[in-house]
Amino acid sequence: MDKKRYELNVQLAQMLKGGVIMDVTNAQQAKIAEEAGAVAVMALERVPADIRKDGGVARMSDPTMIAEIKRSVSIPVMAKARIGHFVEAQILEALKIDYIDESEVLTPADEECHIDKTKFSIPFVCGARNLGEALRRIAEGAAMIRTKGEAGTGNVVEAVRHMRAMNREIRQLVNMPLEEVVGFAKAGGFPYELALEARKLGRLPVVNFAAGGIATPADAALMMQLGCDGIFVGSGIFKSADPAKRARAIVIATAYFNDPLKVLEASMGLGEAMPGLEISDIPEAQRLAGRGW
Amino acid sequence: MIGVLDLQGGVVEHLDHLKRLGLAGLRVKKPSEISNLAGIIIPGGESTCLFRLLTISGMKEAIVREFQQGMKIFGTCAGAILLAKTVIGESPCLALIDIEVERNSFGSQMDSFFCEALVPRVSSMPVPLTFIRAPKIKKIGPGVDILLKIGNYIAAAESPDVLVTIFHPELAGSLAFHRYFAHKCGLKTIKEGRSMDDPTWNAKSWTQFARVAD
Repeated sequence: MDKKRYELNVQLAQMLKGGVIMDVTNAQQAKIAEEAGAVAVMALERVPADIRKDGGVARMSDPTMIAEIKRSVSIPVMAKARIGHFVEAQILEALKIDYIDESEVLTPADEECHIDKTKFSIPFVCGARNLGEALRRIAEGAAMIRTKGEAGTGNVVEAVRHMRAMNREIRQLVNMPLEEVVGFAKAGGFPYELALEARKLGRLPVVNFAAGGIATPADAALMMQLGCDGIFVGSGIFKSADPAKRARAIVIATAYFNDPLKVLEASMGLGEAMPGLEISDIPEAQRLAGRGW
Repeated sequence: MIGVLDLQGGVVEHLDHLKRLGLAGLRVKKPSEISNLAGIIIPGGESTCLFRLLTISGMKEAIVREFQQGMKIFGTCAGAILLAKTVIGESPCLALIDIEVERNSFGSQMDSFFCEALVPRVSSMPVPLTFIRAPKIKKIGPGVDILLKIGNYIAAAESPDVLVTIFHPELAGSLAFHRYFAHKCGLKTIKEGRSMDDPTWNAKSWTQFARVAD
């Protein structure tokens, strides 16, 4: 990927700022998401809540189904490849979708290496739990970052933890004297040049969305107020009682995150949210955020 | 003062360009924030999302009302779609300039591209153009002038009160289109002259408006 292509890929993510990206499993859901005001859809066979329930190996979705979703909407289409599975990524690039999510929601294909994203023209978004992880993914060529959160739980606590961790580390970087940056970068496993850039910019050098456990308009506004640039909602919409209504409400709460009256209005009469999961009830081996490094 | 519609999309990128021209940019989210603007910029983003938010927020009526009072409008990419009188296969939103557009007319993100072109009315130097999942302007009606045509499509057009580009002038270092719009609004800028390239702009300039730590 040349420098200009990478810049264009970062810039597409910039155009998604302030918006909501929704998981959809078929063309009909994709239409509902688009009409509700989603800025993009994530095409996948099973939402994270079902992947969690079903167990087994979760792989890239059937390209036929992704292609059908791509035909049914005009907004950008994203799809997931397994961590390190660069051939799944090659297939998704050949399918000409708009963005690949190298995602911990799927079963990792490689426990040592993530995909070398610089080899692709198509942009990648990657999950991160802290600043080091985010900067490592950017070093590998990611054009957009999202928190990992804990997908499929309807529990926002992990997304909050990850966003706060990134913000805290950025604040530490900004406030430390230059000579301390090398040691800080070494301890956190940060690529040094990117640590310097984050220090200069006072934020990640690419767009950073919140993901993993967002289920309500209030969750979305919370993440926006914590400083993220936009929202991914996975299971939260189509596992709820009234998906179209909830989707519209989360779009409004994301756009008006600083306006409690608007978020209040958006929160009314939505019906049941998706059932939530307590993180401590999930066995360590089944927690998705620990996948990848 | 020039406002930037702040519902979704590339808002801060426009604020950054306005600031470089010495203009006060105002984020506009609600109908109560729009009065007395010389102009408003409708940024790039997703037009379906912006359409929905414009409708439910009452901003659609507010923009039309202010437009009738003399406010000028500049739409980039999705902004151009929202301003178009005709959108192929879909209903129009603001319908304030007589152009026909086709959404997402180039293909997927992998068809997004960057080039340069001369736009004589806007700048005497070539202007950088960034196309991201861009629409195309297919036709223009009476009262609309073409500013830039590339091959079989129109990339920039204007009426006396509305300026539209299918590319993103806010995603490159040239301030030429923003200066042109400011003049259309009757405003003076601090940067004039032949080259409107701002050497201090870079692709990360937007981040100064979205810091998480200071």
